Amino acid sequence: MARQSASRAKSSASNAKKSTQGAKKAAPKFSKEQIQKFYYDMLLIRRFEEKAGQIYGMGLIGGFCHLYIGQEAVVVGMKSAITDDDAVITSYRDHGHMLACGMDPKGVMAELTGREGGYSKGKGGSMHMFSKEANFYGGHGIVGACVPLGTGLAFSQKYQGSKDITLCYMGDGTVNQGQVYESFNMAELWNLPVVYVIENNEYAMGTSVKRSSAQTELYKRGDSFNVPGEQVDGMDVFAVAAAGKKAVDYVRAGKGPYILEMKTYRYRGHSMSDPAKYRSKEEVNKKRAEHDPIDHLRQTMLDDKINTEDELKEIDREIKAIIADAVEFAQNSPEPQPEELYTDVLA
Amino acid sequence: MPTEILMPALSPTMTEGKLARWMVKEGDTVSSGDVLAEIETDKATMEVEAVDEGKIGKILIEGDTDNVAVNTPIAVLLEEGEDASDLDDFTPSAAPFASEGSDDTTEDTSDKEEPAPRVSTSKTPDAYDASGEIPEGTEMVKMTVREALRDAMAEEMRKDERVFVMGEEVAEYQGAYKVTQGLLDEFGGRRVIDTPITEHGFAGVGVGAAFHGLRPIVEFMTFNFAMQAIDQIVNSAAKTRYMSGGQMSSPIVFRGPNGAASRVAAQHSQCYASWYSHVPGLIVIAPHTAADAKGLLKAAIRDPNPVIFLENEILYGQSFDVPVMDDFVLPIGKAKIERPGDDVTIVSFAMGMRYALEAADKLAEENISAEVIDLRTIRPMDMETVLASVRKTNRCVTVEEGWPQSGIGAEITAQIMHHAFDYLDAPVLRVSGKDVPMPYAANLEKLALPHTDEVVAAAKSVCYRD
Ligand SMILES: Cc1ncc(C[n+]2csc(CCOP(=O)(O)OP(=O)(O)O)c2C)c(N)n1
Ligand SMILES: [Mg+2]
Repeated sequence: MARQSASRAKSSASNAKKSTQGAKKAAPKFSKEQIQKFYYDMLLIRRFEEKAGQIYGMGLIGGFCHLYIGQEAVVVGMKSAITDDDAVITSYRDHGHMLACGMDPKGVMAELTGREGGYSKGKGGSMHMFSKEANFYGGHGIVGACVPLGTGLAFSQKYQGSKDITLCYMGDGTVNQGQVYESFNMAELWNLPVVYVIENNEYAMGTSVKRSSAQTELYKRGDSFNVPGEQVDGMDVFAVAAAGKKAVDYVRAGKGPYILEMKTYRYRGHSMSDPAKYRSKEEVNKKRAEHDPIDHLRQTMLDDKINTEDELKEIDREIKAIIADAVEFAQNSPEPQPEELYTDVLA
Repeated sequence: MPTEILMPALSPTMTEGKLARWMVKEGDTVSSGDVLAEIETDKATMEVEAVDEGKIGKILIEGDTDNVAVNTPIAVLLEEGEDASDLDDFTPSAAPFASEGSDDTTEDTSDKEEPAPRVSTSKTPDAYDASGEIPEGTEMVKMTVREALRDAMAEEMRKDERVFVMGEEVAEYQGAYKVTQGLLDEFGGRRVIDTPITEHGFAGVGVGAAFHGLRPIVEFMTFNFAMQAIDQIVNSAAKTRYMSGGQMSSPIVFRGPNGAASRVAAQHSQCYASWYSHVPGLIVIAPHTAADAKGLLKAAIRDPNPVIFLENEILYGQSFDVPVMDDFVLPIGKAKIERPGDDVTIVSFAMGMRYALEAADKLAEENISAEVIDLRTIRPMDMETVLASVRKTNRCVTVEEGWPQSGIGAEITAQIMHHAFDYLDAPVLRVSGKDVPMPYAANLEKLALPHTDEVVAAAKSVCYRD
């Protein structure tokens, strides 16, 4: 049963809406090409992350490595709602966001292995990657920091009089950072073109939303600032794309910020070194079995005769080859030259 | 007995002001709360109210008088039963008129009856030569640091549409310390933006806007409050160029008053120079004079890197010569030999320069010639100029308002030991703020801050003259 928004008494009553979860997952609004792209992009991220996990185990990747497996529908659906000129920013769980932005898997993988061919020349690593070209503004390791930064991107878009908008991603744990609310306030006050996407994967490291949040309906977190919010089934790429389009249209029309809470799930540990003792195997398996965004889309595509089994297998093979190339590149790209230690500190 | 009405101080840092106009005339009866006169400081116009009842016996200082020092008698009030004849043998206490530029510590003191001070004009080879910064014959005007900062921002905003100012009270209120006075009028609300009280948030918004191509000037009401924003300054602004392999830059200026103001106690009186000086990826500037404030702020706004620009509330109202030039920009990272000397090098910056220069005057009277170096930029630090000077004088004293441990003086000392050990005739001494939170009580505050006599004593000590 959906709880009522806390601010219902006020005339500015909650703008927050709970989505009709479990409603009929209707594909028809999307063209065949769009649906194929959803599938392709989600699978690319899945295979990339599986491979990253594998080569992490081989010692090719160091430090923290936060995988996105399970959450693919969020970035892929949202990306379909924006243009290439719009800006994207997120935290350290960023591989999926970069691939969805069209960044080269080779450059991303080579950054994971700390090589010269990486997006940050090997100096940023998994958590800190950027691409001006793809309008991807990082990759930030401090929980919450990307929220004011993303708000600043939107500030600049508005200041420059462009029609571009910003997608600013954050986690369910992140929404308890004060700077998130400082940002919501300024974004609404100044009518900034930003969609805040809360990726609620139920855990912040080992802490569940219930254990960290007094208000667990995260789409209501904008209530005090009159920022409208909506909860979306983040395991359903169609639902994400539709909600994303609505939010992006709203924001692009100059109506100010919008919050989307994506109910999603991560299958792997918080980072590679997390044994995930805080949840049961059954919980994970159930999500995988019943809600996997890629399996679900694949089934829909077959049911609706969008593609044949063979055609989908062909896509799988193509993606495998891309990932294999990326790994090869990431292994063979040299480590940065020692002189690089002192470059890029100041302009 | 007639009572004197004194020129009031309207803020903790006010030392003088303009008596703009009288609202009463001689012979008027006043009661407490009546407005007597209007006073203008460099920050604001304020009203002076009567505290006592009585009749205005005599106006001692006419309206429209500039530079009236605080506590100067400006009028005489007659009590009940007194009349003008009571004033016949009344002499007001001394009226300490502040002269134009009384705060200029380098002023010539040669009319005193003391031995001619030792003056040096010796050159320091390898040191940065600041003499070319202002072409010879350039017209100079007296200007406060506050005006110089405002002009620097306005000039850069006229030139570059990407430059904007944001912060608490910067627009409609014209700046908490009136540094952004007039900017809203000229540039409008799109480019001069009042923020909520949300330092962490708006610092991050500024950095994001800088990533995206704008050139933000973020004003902190004081740097004490920037501690709430230091994560965005260090982790986002300073490190992103490196972490992105040079792709992203954050051309942003964080500016505002730093260090001790006056009687505002521990949480509002701290020098952050050494904090930011620690961070690769940042530029840290802390000027003393109005000319340096202007030339360096313009350079900071144009710089492609994040710049911490540390101002000082006490210096805001001080006047200095500023060159009249179309585009006066100074190099970042260059110290200035403010006063050449032979016997000991005194290195300082910002407010510390006041103590350093006063000390140099006193030392000159004792036949010790001090070379005073104003660092101006704290990071990157112009150690070449400092080392060149130490190789000449063989002695060094550092002066700063910040705490001693891990301070700017500690850094300079280590560098000198490393690079000029064989030139030293004495250990380098540090004069700094005391190792305590800033106390409120006037006497304790004085003790906590560095003062001129400590600089003199340290200089004499390294010259083995104590
Ligand atoms: C300011 C800050 N505090 C703590 C951390 C350590 N940390 C990294 S990720 C994380 C959990 C964040 O969870 P959430 O926002 O839900 O994002 P998710 O990892 O689920 O994507 C924590 C505590 C950090 N990086 N930054
Ligand atoms: Mg989470």
